[in-house]
Amino acid sequence: MSGVPLAVEMRAIRKRFPGVLANDDVDFELRQGEIHALLGENGAGKSTLMNVLSGLYRQDGGAILVNGLPVNLHSPRDAIAHGIGMIHQHFMLVPTQSVTENILLGLDQPRFLMRLAAYERVIADLGAQYGLHVDPRSKIWQLSVGEQQRVEILKMLYRGAQVLIMDEPTAVLAPQEIEGLFKTLRAMVAEGKSIIFISHKLHEVMAIADRITVLRKGKVTASGVPATETSKGELARLMVGREVLFHLEKKPSNPGVLVLELQDLQAENDKGLPALRGVSLQVRSGEIVGLAGIAGNGQSELAEVITGLRPASGGQVLIDGKACIGGQARGPRSSGLIRRLIRSGVSHIPEDRTHVGTAPNLSVTDNVIMKSYREQPIARGWSIDSAQARLRASALRESYEIMVPTIETPVRLLSGGNLQRLILAREISSQPRLMIAMQPTRGLDVGAIEGVHHLLLAQREAGAAILLVSEELEELLSLSDRVYVIYAGEIMGEVREAEAATIGLMMTGSHLSDLVREGAAPA
Amino acid sequence: MTSLESKPRRGPWKMPFEIHLEPRMDQPRWLGWVVTLGAVFLAFFIGAIVLKLGGGQPLRAYGFMVRAAFGNSGVLSDTIVKATPLILVGLACTLAFSMKLWNIGAEGQFFLGAFGASAVVLTPLLPPETSPWLMIPAMMIAGMLAGALWGFIPGFLKARFNVNEIISTLMLNYVAVNWNNFFIFAVWTEGGFQMSPKFPLTAWLPRLTDYAKQFPELRGLTTHLGLVFGLVAAGIVWWILFRSKWGYEIRLVGDNPRAARYAGINIARNTVLVMMLSGGLAGLAGMSEISGVVHRLQGAISPGYGFSGIIVAWLAKLNPIAVIPVAILFGALIQAGREIQPSGVPKMIQGIVLVCLIASDLLLRYRVRVVRRPRGA
Repeated sequence: MSGVPLAVEMRAIRKRFPGVLANDDVDFELRQGEIHALLGENGAGKSTLMNVLSGLYRQDGGAILVNGLPVNLHSPRDAIAHGIGMIHQHFMLVPTQSVTENILLGLDQPRFLMRLAAYERVIADLGAQYGLHVDPRSKIWQLSVGEQQRVEILKMLYRGAQVLIMDEPTAVLAPQEIEGLFKTLRAMVAEGKSIIFISHKLHEVMAIADRITVLRKGKVTASGVPATETSKGELARLMVGREVLFHLEKKPSNPGVLVLELQDLQAENDKGLPALRGVSLQVRSGEIVGLAGIAGNGQSELAEVITGLRPASGGQVLIDGKACIGGQARGPRSSGLIRRLIRSGVSHIPEDRTHVGTAPNLSVTDNVIMKSYREQPIARGWSIDSAQARLRASALRESYEIMVPTIETPVRLLSGGNLQRLILAREISSQPRLMIAMQPTRGLDVGAIEGVHHLLLAQREAGAAILLVSEELEELLSLSDRVYVIYAGEIMGEVREAEAATIGLMMTGSHLSDLVREGAAPA
Repeated sequence: MTSLESKPRRGPWKMPFEIHLEPRMDQPRWLGWVVTLGAVFLAFFIGAIVLKLGGGQPLRAYGFMVRAAFGNSGVLSDTIVKATPLILVGLACTLAFSMKLWNIGAEGQFFLGAFGASAVVLTPLLPPETSPWLMIPAMMIAGMLAGALWGFIPGFLKARFNVNEIISTLMLNYVAVNWNNFFIFAVWTEGGFQMSPKFPLTAWLPRLTDYAKQFPELRGLTTHLGLVFGLVAAGIVWWILFRSKWGYEIRLVGDNPRAARYAGINIARNTVLVMMLSGGLAGLAGMSEISGVVHRLQGAISPGYGFSGIIVAWLAKLNPIAVIPVAILFGALIQAGREIQPSGVPKMIQGIVLVCLIASDLLLRYRVRVVRRPRGA
């Protein structure tokens, strides 16, 4: 190997959890000054391995060497004492305290007097050094997610981290923030730090990593491959163990009748500010219509209004030509409206699987009948026919390959992919007229994503009208027949065949018509 | 920057072993029963140590308590009489807690139920010579309605104005007690005493001892029809929670209100209905107590049944059927307690059982492993 010294060496790490061998003799080495990506499907053992390295878990077997010396890491405090710091996906910050206070939290100094001003200067200097711009005096709640991530990085740098472990750092970021993060990572590497980058997004790994280690089912399938000597396709095969189709087999679209029509729809967000400023769009049966946009530009509110969860403040929603919401719509509001929409065939794959889409402590059966318990055959008068409910649950578990020990298992024990399959099974089995799919593949691994895509395409062929909201532009473009781009609650335009660059410009606030006039996009 | 860096801290002396807690991925069905029984045994074991330290003879004391609660048909009957209101109130709490509605006003709903039932007899809405076949159902309905009203108030406030039901139900307890006191002192007082006149026999729930003429072995047994109310109610509440559409909605709202809304469930309506049925069950407990045991309206009709019901519901893990044995265990502790000591030991054991059971929950949710701490830590 090359003469670059190793910052971290993990030898034959073994870690067992009840019922699963999460790490099976895993070797991993990190050179000084490199960005090393750790790639793998959900449940491949990436996080376990890194939790061992950061002192959260203790390995059952194997050794860890830092700068060539064996170490025992019992706690994150031990790990940071050896210069290893982990930045978790879910930030551990106190929202009501300032950036400086959060960074100092848990340290031995300052002891009694805070002398915040002195520390603020130090932290501002540290931030400037690595391009981590954030005001040390701001309170955490005032910061965007991207800025909060910078605070987490600063926290680790301040504690003297030489090795930074980043657990899926891009999952929470908007595209432009990802670019900023990558710049910071490169700056840190240039200063001699070493970075472990956990991800399951192939294109990001290819863009940022020097070398790549792939884990699959707890074992290493590729160890320290230089990014220049591999390809997305090969990495995907190493991750899932088979060739993944990147190009979807898609029959030409055959749009039928108009199912969903939004006319000048307006709505407010939770803070009472306008979130939708006059959205008009149409979805026909037998087509998938994509809605592209950076998170927080009104997509969530749009889906909530169409499914009855959020009131419209103006405009109207027509389903099958009938006004259902707003405008001349007659009928119940709130929960009555939601029931009516469910009855008329609107299904909804919510953005938030665990907090909206499922009830964690209820069984698979109870979660599967969530939309159908009012109707025959699950309902029998006032009671629920539990034999029928179990039958339905078993059938869906079978045909949608939901991996659970029994249908009585509480769904909180299901992995993200299985939970999503459960939701899809429930929402698709009702044979919807209209399907609102919010981020249906977020957080899923490559194999699971492929499954979700096929389910959506099958619905399209069955004649459902599908509105697909996703932040994965690649996914959106390959699945959708048409794409609308939303920005700040307004539709920037509709594209059929367009380059990602054009959509990117629209996502940042350029109207398609302006782009065409400027010649930046084909007419 | 270096001057501000923190020094690594020397830890204190550490145990050579450490205890690891790992979340359980699955819970076998038997585990719950084993852990619960184990916790009860442990509680009695700890109680025994305390008794021994206090100079007592634990085994004799326990033997005496068991005899005092279950030793013969007479005390067994008394234990069941104590358990009867606990079953009903425990069910009231089970129902509300299943929807995560923290109804801690069962005590007040119990008093209002007693009031409603009494009003039928004492106003009188029905003359004393009315047939028990009419009188008893009328009292039941009046008791349940009064309790349901007392549940409706916090339920409506919660559904409409998002008023915290813990505070409102707790406060309404005091109102209920004083409401009853007003009638006991001022309206239905018997010769200035703080109690109403005794109810006519037509307003008494039938007791086992009433049938002593045909079955002499029943003489003196005070178990009354209220037990049947409790058992039937347990069956009904179980059916509602686990077999009916409404119960499915209750459990869904209780587990995840956002998912319930997403499924089109009317949460406000269910809040009001569940609080009313919960109050109605507690009200029925009040009715059964004065019609089956006290036979008049007076101040001291509850040694805190409404609050014990909260504990019963928790210990039964919100399972309506399990409420029955748990209520009997509590009835036994009340009964045996009166026999050996007015306060003290039985209260202590109640407390230890409760702490052990709550602590045992950890074993259900986590797997405990003891591992050797490696050297050089």
